[in-house]
Amino acid sequence: MDGVHDMGGMDGFGKVEAEQNEPPFHAPWEGRVLAMQRAMGYAGAWHIDHSRFAQEKLPPATYLTASYYQRWALAMESNVLERGYVTREELKAGHALTPGKPLPRKLTPDVISAGMSRSSFYRQQQGPQRFKPGDRVRTKNIHPKTHTRLPRYTRGKVGVVEMCHGCHMYPDSVATDQGDNPQWLYTVVFDSRELWGPDADPTLKISIDAFEPYLDPE
Amino acid sequence: MANNDHDHDHHHDHEHGSELSETQLRVRALETVLTEKGYIDPSALDAIIEAYETKIGPRNGAVVVARAWTDPSFKKSLLEDATKAVASMGHMSRVGDHLVAVENTPKRHNMIVCTLCSCYPWEVLGLPPVWYKSAPYRSRAVKDPRGVLNDFGIALPKDTEVRVWDSTAETRFIVLPMRPAGTEDWSEDKLADLVTRDSMIGTGLPLNPGEVK
Repeated sequence: MDGVHDMGGMDGFGKVEAEQNEPPFHAPWEGRVLAMQRAMGYAGAWHIDHSRFAQEKLPPATYLTASYYQRWALAMESNVLERGYVTREELKAGHALTPGKPLPRKLTPDVISAGMSRSSFYRQQQGPQRFKPGDRVRTKNIHPKTHTRLPRYTRGKVGVVEMCHGCHMYPDSVATDQGDNPQWLYTVVFDSRELWGPDADPTLKISIDAFEPYLDPE
Repeated sequence: MANNDHDHDHHHDHEHGSELSETQLRVRALETVLTEKGYIDPSALDAIIEAYETKIGPRNGAVVVARAWTDPSFKKSLLEDATKAVASMGHMSRVGDHLVAVENTPKRHNMIVCTLCSCYPWEVLGLPPVWYKSAPYRSRAVKDPRGVLNDFGIALPKDTEVRVWDSTAETRFIVLPMRPAGTEDWSEDKLADLVTRDSMIGTGLPLNPGEVK
């Protein structure tokens, strides 16, 4: 979806300000949010692209004013409600009113390292690899209303395939509960002038990782 | 919580004192409900938080960089398949399947961003800093990386190629910075002290020998 989360190339947000000696968390609740997200992910309650999509669907003003972990918490609330794990009444009451739904597994202290390891996104290929490094491609000019990982600033642009990362689960399908729908994944590199016009810094090159359905041969 | 007019704690400096913010209350309610429904175990949450606070940080990545600086065959395998190379060191838990190391050279400087959310190589660098997740960085890194570097006090030569990697899928990138001059006889362990988090994101450079004790 064409949301405010898709920030690449926007102006007006100001300088990047680094905080000196930044602590891991700025408040204890931030750690709880992160850990709950890990635990629910491990449990199989939803996929990372469901979390991303839930954040993208936040009202733009909320997205821009909430902190990172606030956005995670809001997205988690949406996901537990939308997917039927919790009711609105329960969140309001701060207590369970009925037993939980079954989940594939549960993160307990004895399996923490498994719970913190990143899972693999590789999936069995469904068709032949269409592009190879060196191929010129044009990204599609698409504007789906749902989750996609093709940023706006790279749509309809010509680039060169630099690497193929194998076949991965496809976020656009996963986020809308249409299954893994595995797709080939490529690093595609663009010249800055292709993206930002003739006045762009000529020493700059930008790459994205693009799933095969985002690309046409050029 | 975010729209609430008394809870603009996105600047992170409002939430002190004993009064519980709406965010804290909502997060607590969520945790209680998820626990009572049997989905999560609070002691597992404690362990995760402790790991991020004490074990998983940029030292993991710094050790990898220092090894690449001292061992050419390791460097070669790191650039070929970073997942496999990092796993072979055995100093940290599994990094998933999709880590890619990109090398800085006198001709090219690499920088990592995620414009769409805040994807970051957590396993090798730890928790992402707030600025990495912020709108200023996510919006500008792909259009004006030299301006962003300037915010970090870095000016690259004018003819250096700047390559920005937007992490739009599950591939995660780590920058292999250039080894500082004057460190020829340094041990791997000492070299790792020069490798800053930002130098592995590409918004910084390694420390110079004189900058560490």
